[in-house]
This record gives sequence, C-alpha cells and structure tokens, in this order.
Amino acid sequence: MLAIDIFEPYGFQFFRHGLVVASVAGALCGLLGVFVVLRGMSYIGHGLSHAVFGGAAASAVIGINFFIGAGIWGIVSGVLIARVARRRVLGADAAIGVVTTASFALGLALMNRYGQASKSIEAVLFGSVLGVKFADIVAVTVVALIALAIIVAWYRKLLFSTFDPDVAQVSGVNVSFVEMVLLSLLSLTILVTMRVIGTLLISALLVIPAAAARMTTNSFSKLLWISPLIGAVTCFVGMNLSYHLDTSASATIILLDALVFIVVYTVAGTRNRMKMASLGHV
Amino acid sequence: MSTSPLVNCEHVSCTYGNAAVLDDIYMKVNKGEFVGVVGPSGSGKTTLLKAILGTHPVAHGSITMDPKLTIGYVPQVETVDWYFPVTVEEVIVMTRAKSTWWPRITHAERTAVREVLDRLGIGDVAQRHIRELSGGQQQRVFLARAMFRNPDILIMDEPTSGVDVRTRHEVLHLLADLHADGLTILLTTHDLNGLAAHLPRLVCLNKRVIADGNPREVLTPSVLEATYGAPMEVLEHGGMPLVVDHGRVQMRGEGK
Ligand SMILES: Nc1ncnc2c1ncn2[C@@H]1O[C@H](COP(=O)(O)OP(=O)(O)OP(=O)(O)O)[C@@H](O)[C@H]1O
Ligand SMILES: [Mg+2]
Repeated sequence: MLAIDIFEPYGFQFFRHGLVVASVAGALCGLLGVFVVLRGMSYIGHGLSHAVFGGAAASAVIGINFFIGAGIWGIVSGVLIARVARRRVLGADAAIGVVTTASFALGLALMNRYGQASKSIEAVLFGSVLGVKFADIVAVTVVALIALAIIVAWYRKLLFSTFDPDVAQVSGVNVSFVEMVLLSLLSLTILVTMRVIGTLLISALLVIPAAAARMTTNSFSKLLWISPLIGAVTCFVGMNLSYHLDTSASATIILLDALVFIVVYTVAGTRNRMKMASLGHV
Repeated sequence: MSTSPLVNCEHVSCTYGNAAVLDDIYMKVNKGEFVGVVGPSGSGKTTLLKAILGTHPVAHGSITMDPKLTIGYVPQVETVDWYFPVTVEEVIVMTRAKSTWWPRITHAERTAVREVLDRLGIGDVAQRHIRELSGGQQQRVFLARAMFRNPDILIMDEPTSGVDVRTRHEVLHLLADLHADGLTILLTTHDLNGLAAHLPRLVCLNKRVIADGNPREVLTPSVLEATYGAPMEVLEHGGMPLVVDHGRVQMRGEGK
C-alpha cells in the first residue's frame, strides 16, 4: 500500500525540534516582515542575513557560542545599517550591500579554511533540520516573546515611525532609537531562524508572508497577526511536506509561501476587478 | 516687540551631500503670524521646513525655537505613502504615540478625532483607508492630524497642491479662521494668486531669501524674476496683486 504515514516524522526528535523552531520562526519572521515590507527595506533583511552568516562563521572559528558571536555581530551590523540608512546619503544601499556581502564572503572563506566539510557550509546556506537542538527552541521562543512584547508596548511608536518618520520625530518619538531596536530585533530573528531556513532564504521568509498578508487587509493591526499566521502555517506544513517529498525544508517552505502569495494575489486581483466592475461606470 | 520670535533662522545653510540647497537664510516667525514661503520647484521650501522641524540638519547658522512649542506639521501630499495600511482615524491618533502606549484607539480618542474631523468638515471619513479619499479630503486629514495636538505653530508644506479651486478656497478659509483664533501658521505654496497673494506676509525663496514682506511689496516683477528666473507681469485686480506669466495667469497650483 502506498499510503503515507503523516505522523512518521514525528517519531524523530530532531524533526519535532525542527518543526517547533520552524513554526515559531515562521511566525516571528512574519511579524517583523510587516515592518520590513512597509518600510521597503527588504534589501536590509537580505543584507543582515548575509552579515549574520559572517558572524556565525567567525564565532565558529574563534570557538565562541554561535548565538553570542553571531548575535553581537548581527546587532552591530543592524545598528550600523540603521545609521547609514538614516543619513540618506546617495548610495547608502550600495554601502550596505558592500559591507554585508563582504561579511558573507569572509564567512565563506573562514568556513573553507577552517570548517570540517562542505556539508556544514550547505547547512548554513540552506538550513538544516538535523542540527536543531533544544537550545534553538529556547532561543527562537525567547526572541519571539521579546519581539511580541516590544511590538505590543511600542505599537503606536512603531506604527508612527514606520508611516511617517519625520512627523513622528517632531511629535516626540525617538525615531532613531525605535529604528535601532527594530533592526536589532531583525538581526536576532535572522540569527535564531538561520539554522533551519539558512542564510539564503531568510529574506524571502521576511518578505513573502507580509506581502501576501498586505493584499488581504488594509489594517495595520490585522497585518500584525495575519502575516505571522501565514509564516507559521507555511513553515509547519512545509516542514512536513519536505519530509515526505524528501526535499529541502527551507526550499519547500519558501515555495509554499510563494504559492500562498500567488493565490492571494490572484484572488485579491479578481476581487478588486469585481469591485471596479460593480462601480458600473467605465 | 518685546516677545521673542517663535522661530528664528539666522544665516542658515543646508546641503544634500555636497549640493547647497539653502544659503544664508534669515527668517523670523513671530507669534500669531501667518507666513507663506513661495519659490520655484527645487528652491528649498521643503528643506527649509524640515530644517525648522529639526529633521534635516543645518550645515551653518542656527535655528532657535522654544523646545516647549508644540508643532503641527502637514507634509507635502506627494511624500505620503498612500498605500500604507492605515485608516484616517489611525493617522490622526498616531500623534499620541508619545503620551500613551495602549495599542487600541480608546473611546475618548475616537470622540476627539470625530470632533477635529467635524471641525474640518470631513466628519464621516474616520473609518476609511487614507487612499479612499479625494485630494482635498487627504489634505484635510493631515491638517486634522496636526490640529489634534493643539499646536502652537502649524507648519504646512503645499496645503493646496492637487486640490480644485473650491477646495482651495475652503482650505484658505479654514486657515484664516485658525489664524484668527491666534494660531501661528507657516506654509509653502506654488500658488501665487490663489493663496500667496491673500496672506499677510510672503517670503520669496530661491536658495536664498529674495524678498520678505507684504504681498503688495513682494509680488513685483523684479522680485518674481529673481525668484523664478522667468519674466512675469504683475497686474492689479480688485486691490490685490495678480501675477501673470507670459501673458497668461500662472497656474502652478492647479497644474500639479
Ligand atoms: N533627499 C534628497 N537628496 C538629495 N537632494 C535632495 C533631496 N531632497 C531634495 N533635494 C534637492 O534639494 C533641492 C531643494 O529641494 P526641496 O524639496 O526643498 O524643494 P522644494 O522647494 O520643496 O520643491 P517643490 O516645490 O518641488 O516641493 C532640490 O534641488 C532637490 O533636488
Ligand atoms: Mg517641497
């Protein structure tokens, strides 16, 4: 009989751990992705993930804890990027591109020179469920709780400085501090997500769920739960599918996200056209 | 006058990278004044406002303003992200971000929003998404946001760009009323005849302050040519100066 046992992977501890980390990470990326998409800073998500990769490799070589080494590196890059981006100098994004890809190249070189095998490079680039430990669950949960707490407590400030930074500043919001915290959160998110999703596909997880959610609602507060929901569900389903299809977990997840995006895009487009048509004239 | 000005710009210069955009600006705004800044596109009007707000750095000189002043700022509509997922109500309540953290809009806030919208004649749009508004309504929503803070000074960037003649009149009357109630107003405009000529004081700007004073004194062919770099005629119409560009009434305000 060809029936597949959908519960088969649950027999493996690494899979259970991976599933939890991926689902929480999906929700977390979906949550922060709202800000990434609305601020039009997807290139920063892309850059940060590459920068964090350099930090991860460097801390492996020096022999310090991954979360501490790559975490510090990530937060520093986040703050630097916030600085550069705020100065609005022509070519700020180019500068970010140079620094973060250099960090990425450094990471690759370090892993070539000191890493054990090309297997581990692949794991960092594309993610791997096999390496997921209990500590990863703790890390991703802690970051998710911190992000949730900050977003609830700072809801108004975050909304204001995302929508209209100049006026927020004039109204007494410390916009640069808010931005710094947001970018640090983004770095931490990338850090705890990296093991499962891998460096190369994180930025997709930061952008696609939020972009899809954006098409379903015109409300900022609804975005803040629809986007994490899409992120979590696609990660959960993607993990299970990848086991049965024997495909890479991260690729399966991102493909699923892309599928959700296309479906939402088509449905939203049709709905809008119907709305236009019902207006009658022209 | 013994009271110090609300805004005092002295020898202010601003740059973008290496390009000088404002040069040696000297301008004072006193309490209760209604000042319009005019100048061609790219003359630095927005930059001047941003320098006053403190969101664009001053390269040389100084801008002094009482830190206790509450500023209401209405940005140029072209700079607003109209696709951003917010309703009118949310936009207006945003200005409370400093004073309260509670994410939801409270009943009291809802009532206050309604009040300020009613005052501007758009009481029924509170729940709409900002994109689902006409140009004049959009302009008034941002004016409402500025007014929501009970500002000491209202700073507006092109309050009549992209609105029709009737809306322009409404905005002008609204501002005149607010000014009559004692509000200090500083605005920029492209609209010489529809708006600028009606104000008590005009500043002509083109990187430098070309002229500063009553429209009757300021709207002269020589000042306008120095400001806009194009010859213009000034006629007299019902006791008001009327600027004519190449024999046509100039229509920058409506054209945008
Ligand atoms: N972010 C920026 N980076 C570089 N140059 C800029 C930037 N913003 C404005 N400038 C330049 O500074 C000059 C003044 O711009 P500003 O926006 O202050 O003009 P403006 O008088 O408000 O024009 P408009 O009437 O079109 O709104 C222009 O030459 C413009 O090209
Ligand atoms: Mg401008």
